[in-house]
Amino acid sequence: MNPGGESMQTLPLGVDYIRFLPEIVLSIFGMIVMVLDPLVDEQRSQKHLGMVALLGTLTALAATLLMSQYPGSAFWNMIQVDSFSVFFHFLVIAVAALVILSSYEYMTVQRIRAGEYYGLILFGAVGMALMSSAVELVLIFIALEISSISTYILAGFRRREAISSESSIKYFLLGSFATAFFLYGVALMFGATGSTSIWQISQVLHSRVPLLAYVATAFMFVGLGFKVASAPFHVWTPDVYEGAPAPIVGLMSTGPKAAVFAVLLRIFFQANAPGRFWLIWVSAALSMTLGNVAALVQTNIKRLLAYSSIAHAGYLLIAFAVPQTAIADTGISSAMFYTVAYAAMNVGAFAVVSHLAGAGEHRVELEDYAGLGRRSPLLAATLTIFLLSLIGIPMTGGFFAKFYVFSAALKANLVVLTIIGVINSAIGAYYYLRVIVLMYMREPREETALPRVPIGVGITLAITAITTICLGLFPGRVVNYSLRSAHELVHPEMSATDIRRPSVIR
Amino acid sequence: MVPITTLHYLIVAAGLFVLGVVGVLTRRNVVIVLMSIELILNAVNLNLVAFSRLWGLHGQVFAIFVITDAAAEAAVGLGILIAFFRNKETVNVDEVDLLKW
Repeated sequence: MNPGGESMQTLPLGVDYIRFLPEIVLSIFGMIVMVLDPLVDEQRSQKHLGMVALLGTLTALAATLLMSQYPGSAFWNMIQVDSFSVFFHFLVIAVAALVILSSYEYMTVQRIRAGEYYGLILFGAVGMALMSSAVELVLIFIALEISSISTYILAGFRRREAISSESSIKYFLLGSFATAFFLYGVALMFGATGSTSIWQISQVLHSRVPLLAYVATAFMFVGLGFKVASAPFHVWTPDVYEGAPAPIVGLMSTGPKAAVFAVLLRIFFQANAPGRFWLIWVSAALSMTLGNVAALVQTNIKRLLAYSSIAHAGYLLIAFAVPQTAIADTGISSAMFYTVAYAAMNVGAFAVVSHLAGAGEHRVELEDYAGLGRRSPLLAATLTIFLLSLIGIPMTGGFFAKFYVFSAALKANLVVLTIIGVINSAIGAYYYLRVIVLMYMREPREETALPRVPIGVGITLAITAITTICLGLFPGRVVNYSLRSAHELVHPEMSATDIRRPSVIR
Repeated sequence: MVPITTLHYLIVAAGLFVLGVVGVLTRRNVVIVLMSIELILNAVNLNLVAFSRLWGLHGQVFAIFVITDAAAEAAVGLGILIAFFRNKETVNVDEVDLLKW
């Protein structure tokens, strides 16, 4: 195509907006929530605004369906709609919807005014969704910041509690420090290749790899590794997860993480960023080991799940170490499958935690879970499903996700990394089983009646539990879809119908 | 006189970056830590503008985005800091110590 003719086009096409529709819908609903917030009275703000926000996410899911009918690039190759971005759009928007559902009662119990809370979840979802479709480092950075800044604020939303504002300030300081590293890497990548477009970067790096590109990749990995809580950039995770409101932890341990993994996949596999192998290898091995070992000694359920999330980031990173050959497809698709399985079980687990936490989140110690099997059999059973899936017991999504990642790694001859992963899964089983044993084999510490499970939490638990089991029993469809996405990611020129080749600005 | 080349700008930027990192790691006042982060972002801007000499306007446009983002981040950061100050009456990083393992 003629690059000169390309630059003549000055206005975006109508179809560009369709490819951007989920983000537009989420932003509009976010703004509606913010505008309505002062108009409804405090008592009922909770319910009404929650409904609006939920409606927003459902509309955005419908918009994603529409968007998936129009694959291609939009806004001068700033965003790319392919099955890969559609996949992550569905995932992060569904996570946002489930978190909104499970927050209903929580907000009342904690006596938090709800307005901005739902608004920020929606804005955060805009950033996460945008991250998965952005193919331009500038836009990736903006999307990353939209999602991060929203989560910084959400982490401190129980603002009268000292630990919540402390968690927020820790998250903010370390988070923006990491973003600065990421940006420095982006600047160097621009210097090394002369472009910020993923597609052009991959072209340049295909022919020659300047030394600067290695440095740039390392810096970018520091920034993004922080966001996915992989070791050695994981130190913030337990503190932030402990202090932040429990439903929000469910969001930030799944949504932004999945989105950043999407960015990492684009940078490593689509832009061909060099020097991936050892960065990933070391980080994956460290994350698994440190996460699991530290989780063994935790007594607070939120901290325990925080360390478990570090460990899971490690398992997931194994898939990134596969070489850029024919096996790359399997690696990418196993990573994508893992994000879905992990999102289902973790959102569910945190929905249980936030329901049991009670006013002021006082019941978050492991001891508080003693005897749960007798006090509330159904809740205990659901939590057991999630924990079994986190261990990786067959018939659950967690098992198949791990199995798929390990088999991709073995195909790529990553024997040592796989062995480290398997050993760590065994270590991990201990602390998850300890919670299950506490729930079923111990006498409860207090005999007070548990609050009834509210409908929002109930629906969240039902959806996540069913998804977890379905992913374990019938993984086929998700696997096929992710394989197709992976193929499109690695060979964009073969699938997208109307990629407009970017004009070179020199 | 030695002509100023792109490399000179990059060295200055790298210096700013190191200063920022050292500031974040050693300073105890949250406000100064925030300022150090801004310093890193300015190093990024300098890099981007310097590379623009080689590769065209892209970098300068990017730098404007970074400046905007830095402003947004500072606004949110100071807000969070005020919420924190109300609870603990301090802006000292050493006293952010409720949560630890």
